Amino acid sequence: MTTLTTSASQFPFLTVLILLPVAGAAVVALVPRSRVELVKLLGLVFSLATAAVAAVMLYQFKLGQADYQFQTSHVWIKSFGISWHLGVDGISLFLVVLTAVLFPLALAGPKVHDQLKAYTAWMLVLEAGCIGTFVALDLFLFFVMFEVVLPPMYFLIAGWGYANRVYASLKFFLYTLAGSAFLLVGILTTVFLASPSGHVTFDFVELQKHLLTGATGKWLFLAFVVAFAVKVPLFPFHTWLPDAHTEAPTAGSVILAGVLLKLGTYGILRFGLGLFPQAAVDLAPLLLTLAVIGITYGAVVAAMQKDLKRLVAYSSIAHLGFIVLGTFAFTSQGLTGGVLQMVNHGLSTGALFLLVGWIYERRHTRLIAELHGIQKVAPLFAGVFTVVMFSSIGLPGLNGFVGEFLILIGTFITHRWWAVVAATGVILAAVYLLWAYQRVFHGVPTGDNATFPEMTWRERGVMLPLLVLIVFLGVYPKPVLSRIEPSVDRLVQHVQVATHTHQPQVAQPKP
Amino acid sequence: MSGSLLAQAPPSVPNTLLHVHVEYSRLLPEIILIVGALAILTLSSLIRRRARPGLWSFCSTVVALASLAASGWLWHEVDIHGQSLAVRGAVAVDQFSVFIMITIGAALVLGSLVADHYLRQEGLDGPELYVLALLSGSGGMLMGAANDLLVLFLGLEILSISLYVLAGFQRQRMESGEAAMKYFILGAFSSALFLYGVALTYGATGSTNLQEISDFLARNVIIHNGALLAGMVFLLVGLGFKVAAVPFHAWTPDVYQGAPTPVTGFMAAAAKAAGFAGLLRVFTITFATQRTDWQPLVWVLAVLTLVVGSVLAVVQQDIKRMLAYSSINHAGYILIGLQAARAEGIAGSLFYLLAYTFMVLGSFAVVTLVAGRGDSAHGLETYRSLSSRRPGLALTFTVFLMAQAGVPFTSGFLAKFYVISAAVKSHSYALAIIGMLTAAIAAFFYLRIIVLMYSGPVAAAESEEPSSGGGVAVAVTAEPQTARIIIPFTTGIALAIALAFTIVVGVFPSPVIDFARHATLLH
Repeated sequence: MTTLTTSASQFPFLTVLILLPVAGAAVVALVPRSRVELVKLLGLVFSLATAAVAAVMLYQFKLGQADYQFQTSHVWIKSFGISWHLGVDGISLFLVVLTAVLFPLALAGPKVHDQLKAYTAWMLVLEAGCIGTFVALDLFLFFVMFEVVLPPMYFLIAGWGYANRVYASLKFFLYTLAGSAFLLVGILTTVFLASPSGHVTFDFVELQKHLLTGATGKWLFLAFVVAFAVKVPLFPFHTWLPDAHTEAPTAGSVILAGVLLKLGTYGILRFGLGLFPQAAVDLAPLLLTLAVIGITYGAVVAAMQKDLKRLVAYSSIAHLGFIVLGTFAFTSQGLTGGVLQMVNHGLSTGALFLLVGWIYERRHTRLIAELHGIQKVAPLFAGVFTVVMFSSIGLPGLNGFVGEFLILIGTFITHRWWAVVAATGVILAAVYLLWAYQRVFHGVPTGDNATFPEMTWRERGVMLPLLVLIVFLGVYPKPVLSRIEPSVDRLVQHVQVATHTHQPQVAQPKP
Repeated sequence: MSGSLLAQAPPSVPNTLLHVHVEYSRLLPEIILIVGALAILTLSSLIRRRARPGLWSFCSTVVALASLAASGWLWHEVDIHGQSLAVRGAVAVDQFSVFIMITIGAALVLGSLVADHYLRQEGLDGPELYVLALLSGSGGMLMGAANDLLVLFLGLEILSISLYVLAGFQRQRMESGEAAMKYFILGAFSSALFLYGVALTYGATGSTNLQEISDFLARNVIIHNGALLAGMVFLLVGLGFKVAAVPFHAWTPDVYQGAPTPVTGFMAAAAKAAGFAGLLRVFTITFATQRTDWQPLVWVLAVLTLVVGSVLAVVQQDIKRMLAYSSINHAGYILIGLQAARAEGIAGSLFYLLAYTFMVLGSFAVVTLVAGRGDSAHGLETYRSLSSRRPGLALTFTVFLMAQAGVPFTSGFLAKFYVISAAVKSHSYALAIIGMLTAAIAAFFYLRIIVLMYSGPVAAAESEEPSSGGGVAVAVTAEPQTARIIIPFTTGIALAIALAFTIVVGVFPSPVIDFARHATLLH
């Protein structure tokens, strides 16, 4: 490996962020199986160290810059023009941070009794893959990381999941891999068509200089979008999600909903819009429509669920619909809201899955009908659940509101009627979550519900950072938005230049 | 060879004995194998007492390593002196043929190491298996270097006849004999078809020499090309049989299952490498001008091979049968590289063959160990909770299976990536997508075994409780624990080599990719 661009003796944050969890997995794999406590400790230490590196990176991230920061580029496979090119901008920054925050919590939160060593190692590999996907600026590297995520998740569901785990993990795996088939062929075609004559390159920044338009661009865009739509999941590619989320172990659900789904929306945003702006604009009505269908359909189906975890899973389909909606609005507000909402959904749905997991640990059931009056015996648990639920609904003052509001504004400017229909999703979200809350937490506890244990200190410790972030992002989202916006503006600019369109001007607040 | 020699002789001159100059140095890797095999055979008949255990494995490994060294030297020679023909144009000396030699040499080294423990365990220790393997390896190498259809046929027969015997090597087991019989009958049939293809091609073009055929086809347009087309089809069938392409694959599962496990591994690696060497040279170079005729055929073969291999592997309950179907699926991938009919496709196929050699020999080495005495425990259930019995072995097998599934950071991923990118480059988008989709199916049955290895005993796995939530330690194991698996030294070395290659090439593939790219064919 020879270094192409040395980023001025800078600390290689992104490489470390990827390699640290890998090193952790290797160390965990070497520990004897009987040392359960040590394994747990090592898993926490390495994921916390990753979070710490991410925090330092966040601190050093330069404000007001749209370009990629902390870039590193090493030649990897020279004859194919493949390089280890990493970089982070406002769009990916908070997704990396979200990943780094969620993993220690997911490792610490739920109890795992069986084969802790393998479990921890897979989780750490998964973390490396997720971070790698968000920071890869080389299409080959992106694809590799996108694929690296799959086996650990498959093993986590198949090995530590619930009753129907074999079916669920298989469905998840086959759906995603089938999508990847199109992605790889799409990437290769793009690379061969768009590379500057003479040498093939997989470098995203290089490829962006020669955009493919016309029918070719549309087909390639669709090839990319199919893979990402499965991951998001966008209606009608969503059927793997309820099964996978419900059968996965709690930590698996947290990561699946919190991080993995964002690989899809991020992929659409970064590569779909970045490489095929013309096709993206042309096909926006289709994707907007699918997003709106996802929002309403997900919400309605969620309301009908008998299983609390399945309800949360379906709510994810609705929330991810919002993110896709914001993406294809092609306005700064919509896209910024979309990026923010990716983070918000990770926090609130991650927290919801943790809470549902703890309910299951206590009661060994997730059926709404069997849970009753928990608020009486575990008020703190109910309180935390309430805050998280309101965040998911999008109550003003909590993070969910900021994201959904921006998305709806951004969409309303350019695609009014889609925004109008999507707005019903906000109401429906209140319906299914409040109704579920009412049935589970209100009333007089009977039977086993009467002895529902209150939150333990460990659980409080896990929830605290999530609650802080939920409230902070709801009350004062400016530091986050000001870091997202430059990059989003650049992306909007890129789309507009390529398609000769302009986003409508909206009245700017007076400074 | 005689066909070309006869054709070269001017018609007026009566056939006299031609003095053919043989460049022995250019055939050194093959010669080392043959001489080595004969030496082992001689040595074994000279030793009266029972030889020390492991002696023959050691000798065979040394011979294979010497052949590898000779291949390395030959590569260097070709790099300096350029590609050339040897033995009056019957043998091509190019990087491509040396690449195949190295691939087969590597398969021989690993195979010899793995076979040692197996033979001792089965009470079959002796020089015969090694001698046959070395000879069949020499045939495979000759196929890679053949520049004449008849030399190709010779190589094919040397390779195959040894393999027929190897498949039936375990005399006590019925299945082994059955495998040998099936392989022999179908193999002989395919050899006959191949020979018929040679005859038809000779009839259509007037030569069996690949160079002359391609020159003839480049200079002439054959209007009634029925004979040539039929010839190409028969050549495709004959070689397609060796590489287990669908619909010529029927023998594969039975033979793979019945043959002694180390032999299966060697067969999967070496026969595939040799068969594809023949296919690649004959079709992409000799019949380059007829590309539009054979490409659609290979397209259909590739799709059938990919789909049948992956789908039928899913329902197998025997690990060796599953690996047999998976090898069919792999053949489909290499056919994708052939179908691309361009430099990238050839390089991709070569990369695939080399990577596959290590993956498959490693896999079958693990299968040999797990099967234990009698070589019969091949049910998928045997692998349940292997990780608790032999964590290291389970992890090693996991890597090999993941590599075969094409998980990133293994050599298998890059192999698939390489051939798929060649297909995309030659605008075979549909084939590329079909290939990737079957990879998804294939990945499932590899991962299923991994899950099985890491899941607890039956009682725990069947429980309705989540394995994370219950916390009930299920100590009772209903089924009797299989005998403790011993990892002997030689197999350990083979596993370590295969493992290191699979991972290192997966992470730093550049040297091997460049190696495959430089392995060009003589035009």
